[in-house]
Amino acid sequence: MVHTFTVRGDHFAFDSVTGALHQLDEAALLVVERTKQNDGKVTDEDLLTPVGAAVASLIEEGELFSAERTFTTAELYPDAPKIKAMCLNLCHDCNLRCTYCFAGTGDYGGARGLMSVDVGKKAIDFLIEASGKRRNLDIDFFGGEPLINWETVKTLVYYCKQREAETGKKLRLTLTTNATLIDADKAAFINEHFVNVVLSIDGRQKIHDAVRPAVGGKSSYEKTVQGIRTLLDSRGDLAHHLRGTFTNLNLDFSEDIMHLATLSPHVSIEPVVLPDEHPLALQETHVERILEEYERLAVMLDEREAAGEAVDFFHFRMDLDGGPCQYKRHKGCGVGTEYVAVTPDGDIYPCHQLVGEDVFRMGSVFSGIDKGEVKDQFSELLTAPPDACHTCFARPICGGGCAANRWHRSGDVRGDDDLGCRLLRRRAELSLWLLARRIDRETAAVLETATN
Amino acid sequence: MAFIKTISKGKWRDGQLKAACGECQTSCQSACKTSCTVANQPCENTEAR
Repeated sequence: MVHTFTVRGDHFAFDSVTGALHQLDEAALLVVERTKQNDGKVTDEDLLTPVGAAVASLIEEGELFSAERTFTTAELYPDAPKIKAMCLNLCHDCNLRCTYCFAGTGDYGGARGLMSVDVGKKAIDFLIEASGKRRNLDIDFFGGEPLINWETVKTLVYYCKQREAETGKKLRLTLTTNATLIDADKAAFINEHFVNVVLSIDGRQKIHDAVRPAVGGKSSYEKTVQGIRTLLDSRGDLAHHLRGTFTNLNLDFSEDIMHLATLSPHVSIEPVVLPDEHPLALQETHVERILEEYERLAVMLDEREAAGEAVDFFHFRMDLDGGPCQYKRHKGCGVGTEYVAVTPDGDIYPCHQLVGEDVFRMGSVFSGIDKGEVKDQFSELLTAPPDACHTCFARPICGGGCAANRWHRSGDVRGDDDLGCRLLRRRAELSLWLLARRIDRETAAVLETATN
Repeated sequence: MAFIKTISKGKWRDGQLKAACGECQTSCQSACKTSCTVANQPCENTEAR
């Protein structure tokens, strides 16, 4: 599928089958758009022009209007879906009271509680058993706030090491934390054992404290920043992200990204997903403003990169030279088929965002998956994606989007998440624009070196 | 600029892969936790490289 778009006066054509990206002048843009309307063939009239001939050459070379591929479940899962990634909810409790949290106030709408060592070990054993021949397994130590259950975190990390040695599997550990409980000792342990850390902070203090207060309504900002600094002081080059959420309180969220960038260059911010009636919800009336803000952010990041102060915004990363295979691009996150979440009681759900929703409970780490039909509905999503995906250039970029978001917005894992899709498509366009700008700079630098 | 400047040639064909290997990170384990982005996940198929 060829997608044409414009960012700040720069026109582009993107072939989403191959990842080919071309910058166009006004005349070429018109020819490519007419070619799209003509089922991917340059019109006879345009073929008589130099621009039309150039477009026809790119088609001939396989660089525009490439044929779409379809995939079978057998290709996507050669030996059937294997669960190989787990969100381990160490704790259904939290020391913060974030007003938008999908986990309620950490309890997921149920009882507060800590995962026991026994349940955690059973979950790890379940993952290893379910993963079949897969070698690389991922476990995210998650909550609520997992550091509330610190002794269990440590015990389970050591258990992972033991099971790695016994099975030959590679267990890659991620920690998602609000950082408020990190001290020097915890930082040393985390940096030794967790290959990735996600640190939740929403940006400027006034924004952070408005939506992420501590229990009792007190500010959590200072403790959050202190914990992040303590961790990053000794983390070196190991992977981490500062991860924020934006709501209708901070539609100027590029300011929050820039604030986060004072702590680390690896940053992300996510649009909040809330029911329309929630006072912080993003509404249809906010969409144009959000799209403008993403563009503002892209311009800021482009300027930073040109000045040698690059900020790595997660959703603007784009790898046209490699990245995941086409299968992965169609499988997406693997919700319910390769990825599950486990509660402190050992219940299994397809995703951390669906924990506590009875219709999605798939089984237990003690008895295994006993509701195969829950898994099947997510497997079917891959070969028969939601309608909106069939005509969307961004499917190989988002992998079909977030089924949990679709369910929360529409009550159907196949339903529409129009707002989320519109934001993602613009982020994709801006990522491609930033890439083109980067390549321009690199080319100019090479030419300058060659002439000097 | 000429009519068309190719920024990047298409490299996503993956003709050498017969099927998914399932070894790469799940996208929700990285940074977002609430919205999918797979394009920035590295390939971990050692046979494909």
